Amino acid sequence: MYRYDEFDQGFVRDRVAQFRDQVSRRLSGELDEAHFKPLRLQNGVYLQLHAYMLRVAIPYGQLSSVQLRTLADIADKYDKGYGHFTTRQNIQYNWIALKDIPDVLEQLATVEMHAIQTSGNCIRNVTSDQFAGAAADEIEDPRPWCEILRQWSMVHPEFAALPRKFKIAVTAAEHDRAAVRVHDIGLHMKKNAAGEIGFEVIVGGGLGRTPYIGVTIKDWVSQAELLDYLEAIMRVYNLHGRRDNKYKARIKILVNELTPEEFTRQVEAEYAAQRDHEKIALPQDEIDRIAAYFAPPAFETLPETSAAFEEAKAKDEAFAIWAEMNLQPHKVPGYTSVTISLKPLGIAPGDATSDQMRVMADIAKAYSFDDIRVTHIQNLVLAHVKLDDLYNVFLALDDAGLGAANVDHGSDLICCPGLDYCNLANARSIPVAMDIQNMLAPRDKELGKLHINISGCINACGHHHVGHIGILGVDKKGEEFYQITFGGRADEKATIGDIAGPGLKQEDVTPALARVVDRYMALRKSPDDAFIDVLEREGHDPFKEALYAAD
Amino acid sequence: MPLIKLTQKGAEAIAQSWTFMSLENMDETPPEGLGVTMPLAHYLDDSVQPIGTNSVGVRLAPDDDASLLEPHLESLQLIEITFPKYVDGRGFSQAQLLRRRYGYTGEIRAVGQVLRDEIDKMVRCGFDAFELSDDVNAPADVVIKEASRYANVYQPAANGATPIFGLRHARSRARSTAQ
Repeated sequence: MYRYDEFDQGFVRDRVAQFRDQVSRRLSGELDEAHFKPLRLQNGVYLQLHAYMLRVAIPYGQLSSVQLRTLADIADKYDKGYGHFTTRQNIQYNWIALKDIPDVLEQLATVEMHAIQTSGNCIRNVTSDQFAGAAADEIEDPRPWCEILRQWSMVHPEFAALPRKFKIAVTAAEHDRAAVRVHDIGLHMKKNAAGEIGFEVIVGGGLGRTPYIGVTIKDWVSQAELLDYLEAIMRVYNLHGRRDNKYKARIKILVNELTPEEFTRQVEAEYAAQRDHEKIALPQDEIDRIAAYFAPPAFETLPETSAAFEEAKAKDEAFAIWAEMNLQPHKVPGYTSVTISLKPLGIAPGDATSDQMRVMADIAKAYSFDDIRVTHIQNLVLAHVKLDDLYNVFLALDDAGLGAANVDHGSDLICCPGLDYCNLANARSIPVAMDIQNMLAPRDKELGKLHINISGCINACGHHHVGHIGILGVDKKGEEFYQITFGGRADEKATIGDIAGPGLKQEDVTPALARVVDRYMALRKSPDDAFIDVLEREGHDPFKEALYAAD
Repeated sequence: MPLIKLTQKGAEAIAQSWTFMSLENMDETPPEGLGVTMPLAHYLDDSVQPIGTNSVGVRLAPDDDASLLEPHLESLQLIEITFPKYVDGRGFSQAQLLRRRYGYTGEIRAVGQVLRDEIDKMVRCGFDAFELSDDVNAPADVVIKEASRYANVYQPAANGATPIFGLRHARSRARSTAQ
């Protein structure tokens, strides 16, 4: 993984010093909250219902064991002993004192981490495929480009006060695990006719109260041109994005109000207007330098299969089920990527205790070349595990309460913090999620793959629009209701779900979903006939009928 | 409101020697000895001539197209860029275009809600004068401090600082030349 050199290190130190000064001016009253707000936001600090919240950047979800252990130490020292992994592959601490934050940031800097631009109207943490560098189906490791984008976006002077937040995701696999079509900019690495790897540029996707699937504005941009092309997009957005209404300020609104064709024309015109001396033209030396950090680890030459793995599966059924659910094919024979589900029953989805973080750090160090990823589904991944070691890994995880077998299944749901923490929320989401998990967990294996996404308000942090089943908490005259959508997906066939009908009361949600999955079971032709496929084939009506079929 | 200008040595407080004439007060005679800045549309309108012999500058609003000034840059000494709200970053792009793309060498002054915490970015985008809305002690020192928050930065920008990627490879090239 990438390591800071003295320039990167100096930069985060300068940032900590700047923010320390801003915090001290806030605490002394020299800065009022209104003026402090954009400054704290761009350092990851929110003011929540009960306390300040700090969101720490985990660039493209990549962590080392030392970093994860530091996150655990911070959770113990400054928070209540746990952290919450987010859909932007970051981690949040919900109970943190403002006066402590500069010290936390300084501690993060010692392990090459920061909280820069994890919030605010700026370019946010770049996200990617959690299996980057390991996935059997990728054409190239996208992480060097994620790191290049991280550096390019760090305190970019021109794009520091955009109309609204700006999210970029990169994938290099045909099967899109990074949801690039629901980002402000999605980059899909692919080859041109000459076989060179470049980027399809997708702009204007996004969720929130006006969801859009992004449109491809350029089929292929070369690596040499990428940053300058992105600058053109950002400048058109910065100058012309709406600033009169924060709900219409995302780039998706600009793209759609102008029309995708006119937006593309403006970007092309701006790109063509760039003069030679303005070009970033990142030197090949620098691309190579960054790529070298992502060279594959020293994999052993192993057979495709492992006798130890097969034996363990035969004697331990729980392990066999976990292995069926939580593994991802690896590009190197004898290895796999393990997803650690942070969705066991009874825990807020995406939460991990400090002790669990240390256990995962130890396992990664021992069994996964010190390589841990955070996924946008709010799980963690051990990127490179030998099949031979899987049983030991499973036992150690299970011992720490991390053995849930449900990845990509119903109880592996995405959920925002909701009204329990967030001052934007209209409704609670965590209790609803837990209740659904209790109903679905025993049926996960039987039901197969199913994505359920829950948001506590229309801002859609829980990505409800792109859940196969989406759940949105709304407030109607002081009462919490839950609106159900069907048919959303965030992958290469990205689709915004359709609202099924009137909202449900909290206590009715789980029974209604139980009827929906029963209807799916009745309609499917085989166990391989997944929920989303049946939904797309049979239409939404049978599922709507089941949803509202209560006596 | 302190008015601070970057200099070779750092920054210094300067006296206000310009006045803004809005469309409404264009008919008035500007005070003698002061330069006059005016809205872009007015400046570009050939039928309108400023009264007297005052120097002329332009004040850009956030939705003005800065590229329209390109043919006029050699004759301009001052372009003011307005920040009606400090969270509106359009002025950053305007300054970058004027300074970086079109090579404007006169003064670019930030006016409106100009806060000390934005100065590091403004300097990089090409601003060299700041009508600070913060009421701060020793404003020139504050500007110097804010302008030098980051020893090195990642992006090339209008102020011409070599970005970190350039520093890295200048160093490695120097090493390979020495060998």
